[in-house]
Amino acid sequence: MNALLASASASASASASVASAATSGASGMTTSVWAQPFFHHALLAGTFIALAAGLVGYFLVLRAQVFTGDALSHVAFTGAMAALAGGYDLRLGLFVGCVLVALLLAGVGRRGKADDVVIGSAFAWVLGLGSFFLTLYTTSASGLGDGGAGTSVLFGSIFGLDGGQALVAVLVALAVAVAVLLIARPLLFATLDENVAAARGVPVKALGLGFLVLVGVTAGEATQAVGSLLLLGLLAAPAGAAVRLTDRPFHGLALAAGLAVGEMWAGLALSAWIPQCPPSFAVMAAATAVYAATWLRPRRASRSSLVVARG
Amino acid sequence: MNPVVAPTSQPSAPSASAASGASGASGAPAPVIGLRGAAVRVGGRTLWSGVDLDVRAGEFTAVLGPNGVGKSTLVKVLLGIVPAASGEIRVLDRRPGEAGSRVGYLPQRRSFDPDLRIRGIDVVRLGLDGDRWGVPLPFSRTRRDERERIAEVVELVGASAYAHRPIGQCSGGEQQRLLIAQALVRRPEVLLLDEPLDSLDLPNQSAVAALIGRICHQERVAVVMVAHDVNPILHHLDRVVYIAEGGAVSGTPDEVIDSDTLTRLYGTPVEVLRTRDGRLVVVGQPEAPAVHSDRHAG
Ligand SMILES: Nc1ncnc2c1ncn2[C@@H]1O[C@H](COP(=O)(O)OP(=O)(O)OP(=O)(O)O)[C@@H](O)[C@H]1O
Ligand SMILES: [Mg+2]
Repeated sequence: MNALLASASASASASASVASAATSGASGMTTSVWAQPFFHHALLAGTFIALAAGLVGYFLVLRAQVFTGDALSHVAFTGAMAALAGGYDLRLGLFVGCVLVALLLAGVGRRGKADDVVIGSAFAWVLGLGSFFLTLYTTSASGLGDGGAGTSVLFGSIFGLDGGQALVAVLVALAVAVAVLLIARPLLFATLDENVAAARGVPVKALGLGFLVLVGVTAGEATQAVGSLLLLGLLAAPAGAAVRLTDRPFHGLALAAGLAVGEMWAGLALSAWIPQCPPSFAVMAAATAVYAATWLRPRRASRSSLVVARG
Repeated sequence: MNPVVAPTSQPSAPSASAASGASGASGAPAPVIGLRGAAVRVGGRTLWSGVDLDVRAGEFTAVLGPNGVGKSTLVKVLLGIVPAASGEIRVLDRRPGEAGSRVGYLPQRRSFDPDLRIRGIDVVRLGLDGDRWGVPLPFSRTRRDERERIAEVVELVGASAYAHRPIGQCSGGEQQRLLIAQALVRRPEVLLLDEPLDSLDLPNQSAVAALIGRICHQERVAVVMVAHDVNPILHHLDRVVYIAEGGAVSGTPDEVIDSDTLTRLYGTPVEVLRTRDGRLVVVGQPEAPAVHSDRHAG
């Protein structure tokens, strides 16, 4: 119990640790951040979390289920708070909450696809529940409750991961990435052409369900990195950029993953350089900048007609 | 009375079992699709029953009938998506749904989101390998063959000019051709097309009808096509299934699209007129599906 609370408060003071690391040394503090183990853990975990988020995000965008990701970000907060209030590891609440709600959304929606009204009514309630658990936790009898835990879940605490936590994050993210790659082609078929895919024997419903479970796990993962409020950005922005940059599905999938990882690195580097800049903000800033940049490209229609003219 | 519209004009009595009798010449190949006394129920209501049909390789069959009568449901029964309530159904000597990629399918009225940024050729490609797990590997040995097959089938349907454009930006007719290519890409032995001429203009209707007729007769593919209007496909047809409330008749186009046959099928006077340019017009056919089915429901 004590260890759990300690880990919660450790992650709560995550962003503070950067600042302290940066200011503790009198000079050359930026180099000291690069060498800190917490930065290495963040880099390792962040890389794989971004990889999983990019892959899952590409299909979220393609399936027009970004809103589902948004709902899950609320659930991530509530799940984590419920776990803390109940005295469990925060990550347990994250994953269990996200996966359960992903399954619920799939079950309620038709054909393994949750519809907007269902999500819309569910997530506001879920977020309210989260604030209830937060209050329960901060005012709990033990008196050890810490309001900072709420902040760390909302805004992420990637610099607060210790070696073991980073390893778990890497393994889970790797499993998600492998699973997405395994189902990528039939899932694409089911996404673009549900009826034909079903007639061809593709398990459309099971794939939709399985995909939502992967989204749930990814939401739990990404919450650790960028927080539940910002996880949607990590899911949607790289994928949205990839969809704009290429019209080949598997190039798009690879590009979404690559962009997400690159943006994660850029964000972590930025927040290591500038101590006042929290990593979640820096990652989101990089992701948003790349997505915005894709709108500056000339319209693709002209490019495609060139291709046709050549071919 | 019967101007020749199709080369097969055997004077056999049109009946529900006409199809099986019509081409019963000895040594005829076994039917690729066979229905015996098939019936289907959806939502507690029998759509049609007593349907007998044989389709052989290289035969072009049209499924006709008013809206909501169960034409698409017939296709779904052949695909194994909707179970038959009774009767025996065989597709490629197996139960429906078991023939896998030997059956090509084009569902009714699909259009892609205009914002969908996936090339047409990638959608065609899904018809080839979309049911395989994993991701396509860039240096696999079969990749070149696959690309050639896709280019070939895109060329066949005349979609080369726009196959590399995002499919959301293609017109309805262009999308339809790409989807036909998708259904054809694995060289199916049976092709089930649900209103493929829908959303095409008249010249394109006859062009696509001719294309399907060519694929059917040259590549010996058994084609079952749901159609709203028989005229664009009339001179490619070998066989017609006409579904009405409750029942169905099948046979050659001449036998089925005939005043007497349709009058008997509907139980109300129906007249088939032939215009001077050879088009068929069915007059008096009960078209309003809601009113019609309400009368018979319960
Ligand atoms: N899953 C279902 N549950 C209940 N009723 C259904 C179901 N699917 C189809 N129906 C009903 O069955 C009837 C036949 O549908 P079907 O799609 O086969 O018609 P259709 O002949 O293809 O019509 P159209 O010409 O409009 O395409 C319709 O009245 C439809 O409402
Ligand atoms: Mg239909």
